[in-house]
Amino acid sequence: MSRSTLFCAFLGFFLCFLVASCKREQRQFSAPPPTFKSYDVTLSDIHPGLAGTPQPVQNVSDQRAYDTNEGKRLFMQYNCSGCHFNGGGGIGPPLMDEKWIYGDKPEQIYSTIVEGRPNGMPSFRQKIPDNQVQELAAYVRSMSGQLRKDVAPTRNDTMNARRSEQRTERKTPQQTTAPPQ
Amino acid sequence: MIQSALSPAGPNAGSISRLWWLMFIVCSIVFFVVLIALLLSLRRRTAEPVSELTPTIEPPREQERRRRNVVISAVTVTVVILFVFLIASYRTGRAISSNRPDKTGLSIDLTGHQWWWEVRYSDVDASNIFTTANEIHIPVGVPVVFTLHGGDVIHSFWVPNLAGKKDLIPGKVNVIWLQADKPGVYRGQCAEYCGLQHAKMALWVIAEPQEQFNAWRQDQTRTSVPPSTDAQKRGQQVFMSSTCVMCHAINGTPAGSNVGPNLTHIGSRNTIAAATLQNTREHLAQWIRDSQSVKPGNKMPQHNLSDADLQAVVDYLQSLK
Repeated sequence: MSRSTLFCAFLGFFLCFLVASCKREQRQFSAPPPTFKSYDVTLSDIHPGLAGTPQPVQNVSDQRAYDTNEGKRLFMQYNCSGCHFNGGGGIGPPLMDEKWIYGDKPEQIYSTIVEGRPNGMPSFRQKIPDNQVQELAAYVRSMSGQLRKDVAPTRNDTMNARRSEQRTERKTPQQTTAPPQ
Repeated sequence: MIQSALSPAGPNAGSISRLWWLMFIVCSIVFFVVLIALLLSLRRRTAEPVSELTPTIEPPREQERRRRNVVISAVTVTVVILFVFLIASYRTGRAISSNRPDKTGLSIDLTGHQWWWEVRYSDVDASNIFTTANEIHIPVGVPVVFTLHGGDVIHSFWVPNLAGKKDLIPGKVNVIWLQADKPGVYRGQCAEYCGLQHAKMALWVIAEPQEQFNAWRQDQTRTSVPPSTDAQKRGQQVFMSSTCVMCHAINGTPAGSNVGPNLTHIGSRNTIAAATLQNTREHLAQWIRDSQSVKPGNKMPQHNLSDADLQAVVDYLQSLK
């Protein structure tokens, strides 16, 4: 092998390290003004005729590590933990397991937060801006491992017996019935 | 007031600046002496004969003795200077840390958040405890003990004119005391990189005579002023029914969250957003409408209030003296 080939090989090898400096994502601070929109979400199994086909909604926060970490912070600060207890459930249902009463889709979680649900889930309409609800919805999904590993939050700021969301095993969402009233 | 450790306004900053001047002056003298010695040696070298046919194996004894004396005395002087520095630095360290006044009238809990300061005046009488933000009033000539807490990441409390800096570490409590000898406004700021808006995390320490401080303190312990005009009433209603109430507390109203700064007496503060903006009507409105344009990345979200609602909220906040 000539010296120039060797040089080129080394150069190429070291240029590979530059890949590490690539940006994973661009943080976005200026969010569009919140709108508190409602999504096309059905809560009942009974339909006249056939069930409609709702448009799937993409939650942009599902793809952004910054957003899911913000969701984790807001989950504590807005006192979601007051009932859902870090996702383990207590007064409210657990969020880190595979059981979903009101659906596991981003738009369904969005509606659950904005509209509230029977038996104690408050409505946060006009109390939490739209982009933060999306961050919370993304974080809620990360708690049962629905998000990509490189997007889910990594670090717990306090002592915690449970695995970080990033290391959570993926669970298969199942539909369950609401608890008896 | 210029934010500088070289214009001290209290005993702590005084001993720090004395140490600084001692080190600065001695080091300057040493620097010039070394430079002069260097220049002299350069001159002497050129004055000597350039070539010698037979190199001398044995250096002249007299010259050798003189050189050894110079080296020994230089080393001695260096060691003495370093020892003086060591003792001076140790004494300064003792003076600003362990010489904490054991009897003090005032103790303040300071918590660092991204990117603002939570200030809690503690007292044996629970009805005298109150919480404010980014503006610390202290009486002149009284040592004040600060208990430092970290809210999220490590911050550092530094008011250069009054004391050295000390870190606010999550899960660990630090203590620092300071005292202002003359009335004035002393700017302080976060001295440990803590994220995007580290540069805009400042605070004001306002030192005032004891009577003035007592009056201010009396004011702060009261619950918020109820809204009087229609605009203020509307503003309170908007505040309580929108995103504001999720993070901020106003004592005497249902708003009781402690995520953001306590707004019970926001109208009486000089600045908003951790001493970033003067507390004026326009700045308040700008901050509420789009705080991200002032401090990108700060934790306050944007709000979709109508213009009328926004003005009403500003009216209400300004009435909270």
